[in-house]
Amino acid sequence: MNVTRGFTGRPRVDNPGLPPGQYDARDDWPVLSAEVTPDLAPADWSFRIDGLVERPHTWDWDAARALPGSSYEGDIHCVTGWSKFGVRFGGVSLDAFFHVVRPHGSATHAIAYSHTGYTANLPLADLVGGRAWIAWEYDGRPLAPEHGGPARLLVPHLYFWKSAKWIAGITLLDHDEPGFWERNGYHERGNPWEEQRYSGD
Amino acid sequence: MTETPAKAFTPPTRFAVPGRIPVADQTAALWQTATLTEIRRETPHAATFRLAVPGWTGHLPGQHLMLRLTAADGYAAQRHYSIASAPDDSGHIELTLDHVPDGEVSGWFHTVARPGDTVEVRGPLSGFFAWAGDRPALLLGAGSGVVPLMSMVRHHRARDLAVPLRMLVSARGPEELIYARELGTETTAVFTRSAPTGVPVGRMAAAHVAPLLAEQPPNGWEAYVCGSNGFAEHASRLLVEAGQPVERIRIERFG
Ligand SMILES: Cc1cc2nc3c(=O)[nH]c(=O)nc-3n(C[C@H](O)[C@H](O)[C@H](O)COP(=O)(O)OP(=O)(O)OC[C@H]3O[C@@H](n4cnc5c(N)ncnc54)[C@H](O)[C@@H]3O)c2cc1C
Repeated sequence: MNVTRGFTGRPRVDNPGLPPGQYDARDDWPVLSAEVTPDLAPADWSFRIDGLVERPHTWDWDAARALPGSSYEGDIHCVTGWSKFGVRFGGVSLDAFFHVVRPHGSATHAIAYSHTGYTANLPLADLVGGRAWIAWEYDGRPLAPEHGGPARLLVPHLYFWKSAKWIAGITLLDHDEPGFWERNGYHERGNPWEEQRYSGD
Repeated sequence: MTETPAKAFTPPTRFAVPGRIPVADQTAALWQTATLTEIRRETPHAATFRLAVPGWTGHLPGQHLMLRLTAADGYAAQRHYSIASAPDDSGHIELTLDHVPDGEVSGWFHTVARPGDTVEVRGPLSGFFAWAGDRPALLLGAGSGVVPLMSMVRHHRARDLAVPLRMLVSARGPEELIYARELGTETTAVFTRSAPTGVPVGRMAAAHVAPLLAEQPPNGWEAYVCGSNGFAEHASRLLVEAGQPVERIRIERFG
């Protein structure tokens, strides 16, 4: 351990919800995206699932909103170090979308892509079983554009760069392919509890 | 019918300029000890911290690192900081930190740190905001957002590069302008609260961006925007409205 002279840090609050190396951002919700926030109206938004599925499908705003609603209440964690507790997102579970397209047994990985062209790769297992959402509401209000509105992917058990803002689609593959930040040195999976920040972690 | 995915996935939209510079996995994964060798005051709220990092393998202008401070009981705080110095400063890097009120890490640097102290760093990180010095660069920054941009300016000078480079920086007033003494003819400063006599006070506006986009170099500018999220939103919108293609705007938001 390399102790920093004279550094005491903030008073510790024992918070079992805080993954290693993270701090509580409280009311802050920092914005971290590398691209220009797009001017994307709900009417121009669409979401497609294709690749290794039986029935590729595209939903427009109304069709996606007509699916059974599902919400997430819990924590989120960003690789830059902040975590946010007790957030509330509203949307639809990805399971409802997969129910329509029916993934092939050979599908193992997914690439999520945005209307901006941003990409993030994920094991398919991280997107099913009630652990991932397409979210359009935050705290009961429409999701703000800089946070990914009108709709973003939400995979709260992984670092937040995986939760692609302005989600446009998901392509299922039988292999892993790095997404935008993964090609820029970030970890393939990004589990905050194992501090999978950068490739090599 | 089943659609077979193409071998290499290509997003159907235009952004996502692929990372230009691969990041070395080993260096990114390794924490290294850095020794503080010098502290230089830049403004009443910002200072530059010079660090000796013997194992530093080099960086590209625009890249950042992760910095960690550890308390005696093992508690650690880590934050990202852009690298201010040019790559050729062998064995040394410089960081410039704003003193954030009540800031855990910047507070230690500004009130406790002195030469001889050690901290830990890992990096350099992210090839996305990096500039290799090969393409015309248009830099827009505010506050401490000027830090990674200054690394680019210093690199441009140190290597005497001929590729066009222009910088537009915003600060509250002249005394808050980081690196003021070092800025040259490549830079235009915009002051939002107070300005020297004869210089208008106001936000960065279309009128500041238009002349830079009017003097387009062949093949156009690569734009780099850095600062708070509020500034990044404002400045990137100005660029888009002035005709800069969205896929050629890279943004580093400090949060
Ligand atoms: C890629 C990147 C590059 C960056 N580069 C630079 C750079 O070059 N220079 C620079 O100055 N900054 C830079 N930053 C910002 C930097 O990472 C830090 O966010 C900044 O230095 C503040 O950290 P801190 O520990 O001093 O403040 P923090 O302790 O994080 O506090 C920030 C604010 O939150 C409040 N706060 C947070 N937690 C608590 C708490 N538990 N209790 C009470 N109040 C709290 C504080 O009062 C303060 O107002 C960069 C950020 C990123 C993402």
